[in-house]
Amino acid sequence: MTSPAPTLPVSLAANPRLSSWVKLSGDGRVAISPGKVEIGQGIVTALAQIAADELDIDIGRIEMIRASTAASPNEGVTSGSLSIQQSGRALRHACAEVRQRFLVAASERLGVDAALLNVDDGTISGPGNVRTSYWELAGDVSLEHDATPGATAKIAARRAIAGHSVQRVDIPDKVFAQPRFIHDLALPGLLHGRVLRPDVSGARLIGLDETAARTVPGLVAIARDGGFAGVVADSETAADAALKALRKGATWSAGEPLPDEDDLAGFLKSQPVETTIIDARPASAQRKPAQTLRRQYTRPYIAHASIAPSCAMAQWDGDRVRVWTHSQGVYLLRADLAIVLKLPAEHIVVEHMEGAGCYGHNAADDVALDAVLLAKAAGGHPVRVQWSRHDEMSHAPFGAAMAIEVEADLDADNEIVGWRHSIWSNGHAARPGRAAQPALLAASEIAKPYPRMVSTNPPAANGGGGDRNSIPLYDFPAWTITSHRLLTMPVRTSALRTLGGQGNVFAIESLLDEIAALRGEDPVAFRLRHLRDERARDVIRAAARRAQWKPQKRAGIGHGIGFGRYKNTGAYCAAIAEIEGAEDIRVKRLTLAVDVGEAINPDGVINQIEGGAIQATSWVLKERVRFDRTRITSASWTDYPILTFSEVPAVDVEIIQRPEIEPVGAGEAAHGPVTAAIANAVFDCLGVRVRDLPITRDRIIAAMELAS
Amino acid sequence: MSILQFRLNGDAIAVDADPDQMLLDVLRGRLSITGAHFGCGAGECGACHVMVGDRAMTSCDMPMWSVAGKDVVTVEGLGTAERPHPLQRAFISEQAMQCGYCASGILITAAALLRRNPSPTEAEVREALDRNFCRCGSHNRMVRAVLRAASEMAAS
Repeated sequence: MTSPAPTLPVSLAANPRLSSWVKLSGDGRVAISPGKVEIGQGIVTALAQIAADELDIDIGRIEMIRASTAASPNEGVTSGSLSIQQSGRALRHACAEVRQRFLVAASERLGVDAALLNVDDGTISGPGNVRTSYWELAGDVSLEHDATPGATAKIAARRAIAGHSVQRVDIPDKVFAQPRFIHDLALPGLLHGRVLRPDVSGARLIGLDETAARTVPGLVAIARDGGFAGVVADSETAADAALKALRKGATWSAGEPLPDEDDLAGFLKSQPVETTIIDARPASAQRKPAQTLRRQYTRPYIAHASIAPSCAMAQWDGDRVRVWTHSQGVYLLRADLAIVLKLPAEHIVVEHMEGAGCYGHNAADDVALDAVLLAKAAGGHPVRVQWSRHDEMSHAPFGAAMAIEVEADLDADNEIVGWRHSIWSNGHAARPGRAAQPALLAASEIAKPYPRMVSTNPPAANGGGGDRNSIPLYDFPAWTITSHRLLTMPVRTSALRTLGGQGNVFAIESLLDEIAALRGEDPVAFRLRHLRDERARDVIRAAARRAQWKPQKRAGIGHGIGFGRYKNTGAYCAAIAEIEGAEDIRVKRLTLAVDVGEAINPDGVINQIEGGAIQATSWVLKERVRFDRTRITSASWTDYPILTFSEVPAVDVEIIQRPEIEPVGAGEAAHGPVTAAIANAVFDCLGVRVRDLPITRDRIIAAMELAS
Repeated sequence: MSILQFRLNGDAIAVDADPDQMLLDVLRGRLSITGAHFGCGAGECGACHVMVGDRAMTSCDMPMWSVAGKDVVTVEGLGTAERPHPLQRAFISEQAMQCGYCASGILITAAALLRRNPSPTEAEVREALDRNFCRCGSHNRMVRAVLRAASEMAAS
């Protein structure tokens, strides 16, 4: 049997030119140019670690280049916890090959067999005290070559940097207020733009009296293109004042009605849908159920609610435009801009700058088109557009609401013999750059508007969307998993961390907990009994051990467990929640164990898991996009509260380090397990199951009334 | 417009500004001080916190007339890479952020707290920071960093 021919990592196969990833210069610096972007997750540090390790250089020599369509490899979108898998593998391979090319050149120069040479921080030395360096050879070694599949990276045991915690490269700038955020970039001649958006959902601008706005000092231009209108001014203060005046002169069409916020399941289940059987495992032997448990779980629309409102800058030069953005995908954004502007993509340069933490497809791409359209009226000046908090909380896409029905067939011993899981939800992705029509908000407002894109779901091979994590990881004898994707979209949805994963893990793990309780079986033991995957078992056992499962029962305290493997192919995570309370609950402690394979920056992984756990706690206890029948009403922090410092639980994370296993991302692993763990702890504490998120005082009281 | 005088990061400042304009707009738009960040414009999230005396206050809803004669400190005034404030050092040591957009406001809140109360308990740190929002979930690291800075300051 022959082993399969070696292949290139996927991102490297798509962008094989070595010089597009790595550049070494004579002055001892190394530029690393990934196609993935920093969105607060620490990715540039982890990628720098991988590069430094393979090149055998000090990490301090590395400059991480921000992604730009002018030069960077096209790695699509920074999403789905894939950056380590895609960019990390590509860089590891590319840097291994670059190192090898320098060793070959050094071998020729020094007359020593390459196999006898050693690299230490870029200095190449060999027997007889011969030495040269990357920096001496930089002029001679061309990286204008395509990567070849044969290069081999270091074995895990020889990695000195990857696999060890290092300090993030971006944190000092952020502590000392060195401008790093797009919001803080000062361009010469910068003007400021604001866009007029309706309060009423789906309303279109049909009339505009500009008289009052024209009198605002500092106004430079009013831009109008059909239903799209905005102002350009010489300061943010003036732009805000002009927008306020413009709003008074606006006439809007009637909007489109919103669903009944208090009956999300009723709404989701009454819409036209596209139905897909996600997976079916037929029963090998017919075991007649003694009873069937039918449960419905819901989660609301959830806002990204980044601390910074979305921001972008654009500057025209003739029929070419340059765009600064915190989008997750510079090439994808460029593709949509090209459609709207009817320009060749090469006329548009989109470059990334950091924004605030990004948890999925927020308004980053929308505001980039806003800036491009407003900059048309700015006579070649760059225009910076920053959304208001109100617009960020009402016009950006939300994570989709979900209704999930699970039916479990139980035999006479309450063992699971059949399992049916059905999801009703809007699609969880409407990202730009993926379709023939643009996904950007202003594209649906301009004079020749594109239809508003109805969100879809990524294919199963990419982890699915609404159906993400819906296939049980447990060895149930039979199941059918069905996804119903809505074909209407009165509330705009797109990708939010985990897509459907949080809802599905919540549903599965809640019902499992309920069945374990019905059987009088410990929920940890019950899960372990139904899992064959040792990595899954290990995270559950590790979390249980760390939380001293199961602590003695005390009045007013509850414990619960949740488990998931993100996308069923990514990071394993088990969470145990300790809560206290009655009608008002407080999450006191979360104990998690996680397995991401090789953890490149273990402290970075812990930071991501802690952050995911805390964000999930906020979702579970507090978050719900509010609306009446005409408008989104949760457009401020008062109306969309998130977890505060005093409410944040202690979070304790254990990493199961597996250096020999390909690394996967950590950013979305915790949300589902933490959600389920809290819900299960509520049952342990109060004896009621709350199946509708968020788990609020009202919901708990309602569940108690139902139970009594 | 009128000439408004105040102290900013130790320096005497005079700006010709509309007394009703907000301090944050003047800091960012006129003085190129970008450490204080815009988050909500309604004094709710703390991203724009500046220190006035020994209090952390939102600058997005602080009109310039109320700033006249005051002593204002932004994160730029806390320290530099060469001469860091103990809080800045501690935030690096604890890797106390993810995106870091909220961090400058949180550093200011913490600095004001430590001025008033040099050895706060964990609960007091949390209570002080309740007026600052963090969306990435770095709260516990930030609290640890503030406590670390407090103990360093007490030891020195």
